[in-house]
Amino acid sequence: MTIAATDGLLIIVPAYNEEASVGQVVEEIRQVLPGVDVLVIDDCSLDQTAAVARRAGAQVLSLPYHLGLGGAVQAGYKLAYELGYQYVIRTDGDGQHDPRYIPAIYEALKTSGCQMVIGSRFIAGDGAPSSLVRGLGIRFFRFVLRPILGQPVYDPTSGFVGVNREALQVFSKSFPLEYPEIEALVVLQRRRFRFKEVPCRMRPRMAGRSTITVLKSFYYIIHVLLGVFVNVLKYERRRR
Amino acid sequence: MDELLDFTAGMSLALLALVLFSIRRQHIRVEYSVSWFGAALALLLLSRWPAALQTLAGWMGIANPPLALLLIIGMLFLLVIFRLSVIISDLKDANIALTQRLAILEYRLESLHGQTGAKS
Repeated sequence: MTIAATDGLLIIVPAYNEEASVGQVVEEIRQVLPGVDVLVIDDCSLDQTAAVARRAGAQVLSLPYHLGLGGAVQAGYKLAYELGYQYVIRTDGDGQHDPRYIPAIYEALKTSGCQMVIGSRFIAGDGAPSSLVRGLGIRFFRFVLRPILGQPVYDPTSGFVGVNREALQVFSKSFPLEYPEIEALVVLQRRRFRFKEVPCRMRPRMAGRSTITVLKSFYYIIHVLLGVFVNVLKYERRRR
Repeated sequence: MDELLDFTAGMSLALLALVLFSIRRQHIRVEYSVSWFGAALALLLLSRWPAALQTLAGWMGIANPPLALLLIIGMLFLLVIFRLSVIISDLKDANIALTQRLAILEYRLESLHGQTGAKS
């Protein structure tokens, strides 16, 4: 499937110290989707991430200070919204998200009427979480989110996510800054937006090591749980 | 009890002096010194006015006024720290928004330069 640049699709790649993988990620995206706009958001990397991404053919949005994942993704959403893009798909800079699944996410965004589409490892039942604690966390959040979202979500921590312009407008104003994936679902649900999951496979990181530790996993669970309930309490401030 | 009240009064005066000194040296902005002033003055008042402290301890159901004073000190400082957390959160939000805006403006400026460079 070929997507023309005029289709209003932007691929954003938040990256922090990903010089070893970001170039290949961009090249793979451009192979799968020739002509599509690719924006790497360099979260004030200490290495050559921005230069490598530019050489690979991406536009680069360079943050002058390190904001963390949520801040970087939101910067991409803000720019995409200002530039008039209709759809934005986020894929990580470490190469775990296989660009061959982007067309499926894009197609679902255009045809399903959902404001968000998630690339899910588990919807086909053949995905496995990277660690035991992460697996437990995912199961826990599936259980917590089911009544809040009003529908099951199989891969709530997936960062392989596409949004349409409606969601882009919301996220450019309000987006969770740390561990944004789960809270973002609740932010959209509070506005009665809908999401859909499409099956995809995740790959191992192309380079480097994950910074997630057991301790960080527990902190993640507590932090996100609090964020979810804070967003639920904001219900009366929803815009629709 | 008298020693504790004297000590509290002394610490309150020291805190007041520190805040005033910091404002004068522009180490702290006036609007952020108000909470510390309020806390220090409240402690000074209670430590120099035992009858008021006794009444407050009675309201709190604490028989021992020094214990009530310690509890009040703890609560006052918790309130001040909470207010600082609110201020820090606001500042962080502002910093994030400014950082994003700066990056977007730089990106658009570079794009503009690229376009004019290509035309000329």
